[in-house]
Amino acid sequence: MAEDERQRLAHLSINLQRRASIYNTTRDFFNKQGFLEVETPVRSPAIAPEKEIIPIGSEGWFLSTSPELYMKRLLAAGYDKIYQFSRCFRKGERGRYHNPEFTLLEWYRTDADYEQMMKDTEGLVTTIAGKLDMGTTLRYRGKKIDLRPPWLRLTISETFKKSAGWDPVAEPVAQRFDEDTVLKVIPDLNPNRPTVLMDYPAPMASLARLKPGRKDVAERAEVFIGGLELANAYSELTDRQEQKKRFLEEARQIEQEQNRTAPMPEKFLAVMSNLPECAGIALGMDRLVMLFCDAASIDEVIPFTTDEA
Amino acid sequence: MDISDVHKGTKLMIDNVPYNVEEAEFMKPGKGSAIYRFKLRNLVDGSNLNRTYRSSEKFTGANVSTREGQFLYRDGNHFIFMSTDNYEQYSIDETLLGEKSHFLKEGTIVTTVMLEEKPLDITLPIFVELKVMKSDIATKTDTVTAQMKSATLETGHEIDVPNFIKEGDYIKVDTRTGSYVERVITKK
Repeated sequence: MAEDERQRLAHLSINLQRRASIYNTTRDFFNKQGFLEVETPVRSPAIAPEKEIIPIGSEGWFLSTSPELYMKRLLAAGYDKIYQFSRCFRKGERGRYHNPEFTLLEWYRTDADYEQMMKDTEGLVTTIAGKLDMGTTLRYRGKKIDLRPPWLRLTISETFKKSAGWDPVAEPVAQRFDEDTVLKVIPDLNPNRPTVLMDYPAPMASLARLKPGRKDVAERAEVFIGGLELANAYSELTDRQEQKKRFLEEARQIEQEQNRTAPMPEKFLAVMSNLPECAGIALGMDRLVMLFCDAASIDEVIPFTTDEA
Repeated sequence: MDISDVHKGTKLMIDNVPYNVEEAEFMKPGKGSAIYRFKLRNLVDGSNLNRTYRSSEKFTGANVSTREGQFLYRDGNHFIFMSTDNYEQYSIDETLLGEKSHFLKEGTIVTTVMLEEKPLDITLPIFVELKVMKSDIATKTDTVTAQMKSATLETGHEIDVPNFIKEGDYIKVDTRTGSYVERVITKK
């Protein structure tokens, strides 16, 4: 047992060193642009109600599923550029690309939209590749991925019509959307280029603002590299009434369909009227490290996954 | 059990048939619902099945174990075995054994797959030695390559054997393919 663990961890050494180096580069990247690194609670009395993200309870509170609401409370108080590495917990999420405890990198900017978040992500990923002496080509799972910006940008409508044969913006059916995303759309993406899918159906972006002039499309964007869903960005919703309405509807479904409690994040809603125009993004650090370590599984970049804890 | 408790190696009942999970893949868009893709092996007939499930799916585990047993005798369609641990006898239907019944002779030690307390299937030794009970006399042909002919084994099963095999000989049979391997010289 002790010998097995010693060998297992020794084998991870190169990846863990690379992981630390990626964290250092990421901090440099944001610090140089005047971002402030912050830390917010891992345990909270209320989180954003999301039907498909099951929280882990902690003495009546919840372990964080994302630091998003705290980040926005900081923005509402006048902070303009913030980032954090945040340990998050999502019940039951375990697989090749998932561990129920994982690390999100989130960053937010005021006076920005989701397109700015994509530019930031392009900058961050190419900076890390440069720092690791990879140039602009990432080799992942036998594929050469050209990291040079701008990355491919495709709307959800056009991608789904091509790969799945229907348009979820016209017909926002959540279950079918989720299934086709993993079974049809992701496998069909260009394997040699990072791809941004953008302009999600409005009901599938509960914290994002609508695209100007559109009632059916939200300014949400997701980054995919090498078949991995890496990051999710929003032009953030700043309308308190609209946000409360969406939260209440989501909470109603959670309580009725799943029989779990979903208390309103009242402290967030209370300051939301002070939230300026802003954009934010959540990026899976474990997956980013996987890409740069050519790791087939998240187990190769986390020393103690839930199975080894 | 919840689908999140299903892993590689978990044994499940699906449509009243026990399956072993050979591979389990968890896929989930960050904001969306999870999908599980399982590669399953039917524990009764060994066939494979690929299935995709949603996260709301519930499963019943299959209470499967293995036990060593010795084949005693055949009683109509029932094959009677004895546990080598506690000498208890149990029977397995010919339909469950399928072609494996062709290679069972008294005394053969097998691994029995048990579902709860019900024997379901056996794993045979890879090679078994069986006596040739009846075989036609080879027709004389002057060829270099071995000519094959049909022979009836002590289990009643017929297989192809080389022309030089005589009634009363013992031969080795590969139970995975059901084919003749070699003549066993020293068997008395």
